[in-house]
Amino acid sequence: MTTTTTTTVPAAGGRGTPGRRGVRLRARAAWLVLPATALLLVFFFYPIATIVWRSFTEPRTGLGNYTALLHDGVSVKVLVRTLVTALIVAASTLVIAYPYAYAMTRVGARARGVLTMIVLLPFWTSLMARNFAWYMLEQRGGPIERLLGAVGFDGVVLLGTVPGVTLAMVQVMLPFMVLPLYSGMEGIDRRLLDAAGSLGAPRWRAFARVYLPLSVPGVLSGFSLVFIMTLGFYITPALLGSPQQSLVSQVIGERVNRLLDFGGAGALGGVLLAVTLVVLFAVSRVARPARALGGAVGHE
Amino acid sequence: MNPTVNDSSRGIRIKGVSKVYSGTARPAVDAVSLDIAHGEFMTFLGPSGSGKTTMLSMLAGFVSVSAGSIEIDGRDVSRLKPHKRDLGVVFQQYALFPHLSVARNVAFPLQQRRMRKADIAAKVAETLELVHLGPYADRLPGHLSGGQQQRVALARAVVYQPRALLMDEPLGALDKRLRDRLQREIARMHRELGMTFIFVTHDQHEALTLSDRIAVFNEGRIEQVGAPAELYERPETLFVAQFLGESNGFRGTVDKAAGVLRCGAHALRAPRLDPRLDRAEGVAVVRPERLSLHGDAADVASGRNRLGATVTEVVYVGDRHQVGLRFADGTTGTATHPVGSPLPAMPGECVTVSWDPEHQSIVTGGAGAPVPPVAAEIPADA
Repeated sequence: MTTTTTTTVPAAGGRGTPGRRGVRLRARAAWLVLPATALLLVFFFYPIATIVWRSFTEPRTGLGNYTALLHDGVSVKVLVRTLVTALIVAASTLVIAYPYAYAMTRVGARARGVLTMIVLLPFWTSLMARNFAWYMLEQRGGPIERLLGAVGFDGVVLLGTVPGVTLAMVQVMLPFMVLPLYSGMEGIDRRLLDAAGSLGAPRWRAFARVYLPLSVPGVLSGFSLVFIMTLGFYITPALLGSPQQSLVSQVIGERVNRLLDFGGAGALGGVLLAVTLVVLFAVSRVARPARALGGAVGHE
Repeated sequence: MNPTVNDSSRGIRIKGVSKVYSGTARPAVDAVSLDIAHGEFMTFLGPSGSGKTTMLSMLAGFVSVSAGSIEIDGRDVSRLKPHKRDLGVVFQQYALFPHLSVARNVAFPLQQRRMRKADIAAKVAETLELVHLGPYADRLPGHLSGGQQQRVALARAVVYQPRALLMDEPLGALDKRLRDRLQREIARMHRELGMTFIFVTHDQHEALTLSDRIAVFNEGRIEQVGAPAELYERPETLFVAQFLGESNGFRGTVDKAAGVLRCGAHALRAPRLDPRLDRAEGVAVVRPERLSLHGDAADVASGRNRLGATVTEVVYVGDRHQVGLRFADGTTGTATHPVGSPLPAMPGECVTVSWDPEHQSIVTGGAGAPVPPVAAEIPADA
């Protein structure tokens, strides 16, 4: 395992013989990455480390905060609900975004520009504005309730429910799925489908046997991105959800803001961090052969 | 050299096929008709944009036919989807499936044909042996060299014994040495498999060495079809003369009654003139190796055509000298001279150039194309 890891990381100074030139280049490169690295160290790793540290030390040193999560009757339920919601959001965006991203690779430059704009437009709109828009749509007596009522489903109010939050998050997360999918699909050689056709595969089988497997790296990166972002998403659940059906970010917010329970909040954050790392690790394991393929495709 | 079965029900018949892409006025392929015999090695030769690749794509079914029909072994396939045509295709950029091993790439067409697993394994192994890639069965294509990848593509395209193998510039992405080697392998596979091969290239040397027959494409049409020697020795149009090999061209007016081509004050003997060419503008085409150089005009045997010229340069190319010439009317040309015998003239000096009229072809400009004023040399890589 360690050997594969080292081979996939390209040596910064070229092939084993850095020489003076390589060293100088590397020193110059260090200056280029310094600001971003410093920013990350001070404002990301330090707070994270503090939170994790406090989850083990406040109010008493030990695993108390973590065992409390298991026994308070709420945290486990919230964590499971959050994981399931994140899975549903990631799966739903994938189903909606896959055909869209595919269409983007098949149209002319102009239509592609329009399709990209449509994806990015919500990106440029304030997140608060978008969430309030969903609030209006989902509230009691709002358009969604009236629409469902008109087709026979009376009194369905999405505001304050997990499905309501899920619906809004699918929309918010869509660009994060479309863009990785598109960049993965764009690199797939269309002639492979011609080749599969000439070899006797009907279109749908050429798609299933050739295109779909080659699009897996894009699917994985989009899926993990959306899944991880949804896990810790705060604004949408806070605005559209409810304390009765809260997700983990709401609970963390409540513990910090209202209960001043930094240890307990830290423990929840620690679990979230662990889940994220596990997902990233799993994806990197699955995607590794695919990345080698990416190199082969790029070679063409 | 190989059994060209003269069975009209087998083989490929292209009947008046045209392709007009939407938004373009000029057809990419313009009413092309061609019969390809079963087992024949047919090459489509032409510069880029001449329609040869579009023609191949229509045969494979990747591009729809605008007019005309294509029959394979007596069956009209013009409207069939590619996967129902039972043809093998080799692409310039290999088009191997990067996520499948070499063996699974070759197995792919057999799986589509629902062959039994054990039979697939045996057939794949046998075909990989044919292209000398047995030890590479479990590698991914990305880990093979370009030449090896193209051999995998060849194996994949012949493993299911398709009705014909179509190749679109299959050697174009390879360096010279690999190209020569793979060229020999393709010739060997054609001999061993007895399959119809259709080969698209812009490289005249590939076309001349590999083919049973060559169809020369220009501006969407076929200029001439024939065996390599026929095309080289008896080109029918100026385009064919210039695209295949180097040539010298002498412009003039055909005089059928006198049996000559009149070029200004000179009259070049031209036996067996086509009566339709009488009084037409014509070009006498002669290959450089058919020209002889004489220091003294008296040395020229009777019956040979002759012209005076000035030597402009002499280039030593190993097995021969290449002699640049300028004729009295300003036309430039090339002759070759064997290295063993002394050169009759050095650069700047005058020589007499002679050739046997049997070795010259009288052509028209071809398809209304303007005849260039000088005997241009078309580079090998157009």
